[in-house]
Amino acid sequence: MSDLLFDPWASPFMVRALLALLMVSLVCAVVGSFVVVRGMAFIGEGLAHASFGGVAVAFALGGSIYLGAAVGAVLTALAIGFVSRRAALKFDTAIGIMFVGAFALGILVMSRQQGYVVDLTSFVFGNVLGVDRSDLVLIAAIGALVLVLVAVFYKELLFTSYDPTMAAASGLPVAIVQYGLLGLLGLTIVIAVKAVGIVLVVAMLVTPAATAQLLVQRLHLMMALGAVIGALSSLTGLYLSYHANVASSAAVVLTATCFFLLAFLLAPRHGLLWPRRPLLGGAPEAG
Amino acid sequence: MASQDSDPPPGWGVAPPAIDLRDVWAGYNSHAALEGVTFSIERGCLAGLVGPNGSGKSTLLKVILGMLHPWRGEVRIFGQPIQRSRLALGYMPQLELVDWSFPVTVYDVVMMGRYGRLGPLRRPGRHDHDIAQQCLEQVGLADLARRQIGELSGGQQRRVLIARTLAQEPSVLLLDEPFTGVDATGEHDLLHLFNDLRAQGKTLLVSTHDLSCVAGCFDHAVCLNRKVIAFGEPRTILTEDVLNATFERHLLLLNVEGKAIAIHE
Repeated sequence: MSDLLFDPWASPFMVRALLALLMVSLVCAVVGSFVVVRGMAFIGEGLAHASFGGVAVAFALGGSIYLGAAVGAVLTALAIGFVSRRAALKFDTAIGIMFVGAFALGILVMSRQQGYVVDLTSFVFGNVLGVDRSDLVLIAAIGALVLVLVAVFYKELLFTSYDPTMAAASGLPVAIVQYGLLGLLGLTIVIAVKAVGIVLVVAMLVTPAATAQLLVQRLHLMMALGAVIGALSSLTGLYLSYHANVASSAAVVLTATCFFLLAFLLAPRHGLLWPRRPLLGGAPEAG
Repeated sequence: MASQDSDPPPGWGVAPPAIDLRDVWAGYNSHAALEGVTFSIERGCLAGLVGPNGSGKSTLLKVILGMLHPWRGEVRIFGQPIQRSRLALGYMPQLELVDWSFPVTVYDVVMMGRYGRLGPLRRPGRHDHDIAQQCLEQVGLADLARRQIGELSGGQQRRVLIARTLAQEPSVLLLDEPFTGVDATGEHDLLHLFNDLRAQGKTLLVSTHDLSCVAGCFDHAVCLNRKVIAFGEPRTILTEDVLNATFERHLLLLNVEGKAIAIHE
């Protein structure tokens, strides 16, 4: 039994993978809580794909892949905000246009590179077992920056997320705060992509936070519980991946999905298995 | 609870009106929602903003709040341009515009009323907590402070939004449709609260469909249908002609024992 528990951590790459996933889980739960309550999952998906454009350009120019991913994600986030404001398009249309454009740019650039297949798969599907010491430092640095910014501007982020009209009426710079949140989302995605890859990033952002929302009633508690759920999913997923020899990012994400299903069925107030209590009139009494 | 910094500056002679609009034109894209709106409301008045759906009531409130810039004309609060009077204004949006599934408690929402005064980077202090608590007590929700907002009834949800407006410590309150969907008891409680606020010297502009309420209990009425059809004391101005022009369909105004009641025919 103790072999099952302790064997994996004899390999340094497993320890590094766990450290990376724990940090990513924490940052993703904090930023992901905003993504969940504001219904921004699609833009999360979009930015993850868009970061690939930046990665490809950085790869071709021989620059830092992280920097490329960050620039790609943040530029796309700003472009989405700008286009939807100026062109009077629906927000999700602007997301669809901009992120596929950035992704296609990535494919175009990569198709001219030698031996791009290996890097492509590790970026698309994640390669958390390949995380090295410098990756860990970067994840820690970017993660700390994101957490500090959320802590400092928590009041503004909460108010503009909950009630942008009222926030604007109170004199808060709503547009700037919303652009800022998109920027934070871009940075979060960059570090999460390293752990789980483009395709699974949204799961890290959305699934633990959404699971937490079924269980607690305040945004900061949702962040804290989401981080715990993300960390538990990471740990369990890594064990699964080690002992069953399956892809670690997929194992982590599927574990998180299982936690969500458990909460969905068993959550004390909203669980599917409990008889539905009539809510104390959640909707307005009349039109 | 009146605070010093939101009170009007001491002036010479006659105090300027709490709300003063002169020839205000505003709208969205090229569609005009307000055409040359002019009226003023004195300090300490309870004023009703009356008009059918799409008559520009919400637009008018947004212009006064500075959230929508007028194409032409001028808005002054206690004689000051709106950029300099933001803290004097408290606003309550329509209930339907609020996300009730959001993970915040009643207390969190009321505390948001303090954020405009706190400004960036500052966290709520003891004074802010005291005010949030007072405002919750004032609307009778102190017992439900820890509830998630989605668990409240419609009437309680409205009281949360009113408590948040009060927590802004405004001298002028702009309330968008506070009576919609409120039963008779709720309406009575709201009017009682409005009278208390008026007695504290606050000015209220309340958009509503409820004509009999305005006719019976308000000091002032503004009848709006993109233009100001009439404005002044309800008893005087709420005539059949004015209401016909405002609502563009036939209305009868009955006067029963000194109380004016509007009836759709």
